[in-house]
Amino acid sequence: MPVLESDAGPVWRKRTKGQALARWFGWLLGVAIFLWCWQRISDKTTWFFVWDAPDIAADVLSRATPPRWEYIDRLWWPIWDTINIATLGTIAALIMAVPVAFLAARNTTPSAIFIRPIALLIIVATRSINSLIWALLLIAIIGPGVFAGIVAIAIRSIGFCAKLLYEAIEEIDATQVEAITATGASRWQVMAYGIVPQIAPAFAGIAVFRWDINIRESTVLGLVGAGGIGLQLQGSLNTLAWPQVSLILLVILLAVVISEWVSAKVRGAII
Amino acid sequence: MLRLDALTKTYKTGDQALKAVTLAVPSGQVLALIGPSGAGKSTLIRCINRLVEPSSGAVMLGDVDLTKLGAGALRRERRRMGMIFQEYALVERLTVMENVLSGRLGYVGFWRSLTRRFPQSDVDEAFRLLDRVGLLHMADKRADELSGGQRQRVGICRALIQNPALLLVDEPTASLDPKTSRQIMRLICELCAERGLAAIINIHDVALAQMFVARVIGLRLGEVVFDGPPDGLTPDRLTEIYGEEDWEATIDALDEEDEIEAAE
Repeated sequence: MPVLESDAGPVWRKRTKGQALARWFGWLLGVAIFLWCWQRISDKTTWFFVWDAPDIAADVLSRATPPRWEYIDRLWWPIWDTINIATLGTIAALIMAVPVAFLAARNTTPSAIFIRPIALLIIVATRSINSLIWALLLIAIIGPGVFAGIVAIAIRSIGFCAKLLYEAIEEIDATQVEAITATGASRWQVMAYGIVPQIAPAFAGIAVFRWDINIRESTVLGLVGAGGIGLQLQGSLNTLAWPQVSLILLVILLAVVISEWVSAKVRGAII
Repeated sequence: MLRLDALTKTYKTGDQALKAVTLAVPSGQVLALIGPSGAGKSTLIRCINRLVEPSSGAVMLGDVDLTKLGAGALRRERRRMGMIFQEYALVERLTVMENVLSGRLGYVGFWRSLTRRFPQSDVDEAFRLLDRVGLLHMADKRADELSGGQRQRVGICRALIQNPALLLVDEPTASLDPKTSRQIMRLICELCAERGLAAIINIHDVALAQMFVARVIGLRLGEVVFDGPPDGLTPDRLTEIYGEEDWEATIDALDEEDEIEAAE
């Protein structure tokens, strides 16, 4: 009832009086909860450590600079391993994600009742577990090393790629598919001519986007022993070799910047 | 050549889109299907090539009842029915040539079509058709670079390269300007005459239909309420198809257009 009758004619308001009051109380309640939470967190914080933090940070920074540049010779292989883990993991994930996506998309699934829920389960299950946890599990199963890292990245990425891809499949223009069907094309030909060209840009975008994310994820996999530059990072942290840590962080930053640049270029070229 | 026998389509929602439509189209006849939105025009032509499954009735193409066919046999029969769409329905990211050749998919195996190795005779025919519609120089362009009229010409080529006996045409001019609409309608009718094709053309522009076809079918709420020559569409008849409206203006406009065309 946003229109009120008054002596000067009808007046329009966005909300009625009751709605406005309810919103006001909602805001009041929200602010009260926020302040209460602030109080609780504050009580449980050891403020001594927090006040101390800038000094400690400055101390670590002074120990970490300048980076130990000659250590770079021992980082080339680990960073190469890291990039390989990300790249091979992404490729493996895409190979597995494509069929899952076609089974999960409403317009291409063979059975919406039996097969689609299974595909969705695969997507949710692989997506919801972090790659570090996958790596921990896989190291227990197939032993430490680069291979465990690749498999961890691959499994973790299936759900992500399949979800974005099946959403792209569901958004395709159905009349193009209809037109190819009407020529007497077989089911696979309809897929190759009617569906694949429509999702190709999305596929390429997803692939480089996920590769970019995986470069970042694979840098930490070494922390749990799954190969790559994270192994060196962990070793340096454990021995308090701060100049090495700072160099490793710089190398990781450089790798991430380059991967971002590559993926932005590739996406720009496709779209 | 094409015979619909008590063709009925009831959607899951309970809407009856077609109510026992019975219709015969002899070889080489071009007919226009007119009627208000929701009359079942699109459903009717999609029930013929079973993009929409009819609920009951028969669709006889020659001696074959299309409604009884399994998947493989249906695909073979679909090759004999070319379809042209309202929004062109070209695969936007493929080239003009690939779009035209996709009309041959029913004749070519999967791997050959995937690697785009179509038989040379198909490629020759594609070039001939593109030349016929005046788009030979566009063969290597991507479909989304073309204008509406050009896209519809590619759509026509894709339907014709199937070597069909029948064209199913769904609102071919609805997205085009008046001049391009006429050119496209004229092209479709000329090509049908050249090749002796029968065609069913869904169209909501009554004047345009009257200009080009020999027979008009009026559809209203899924039933055939008019079947006759275009001159038979009197204001009374149009009222029966579309509902109450002043039809004199439409008919006058048509007469004027004829005079202008004659003067040109």
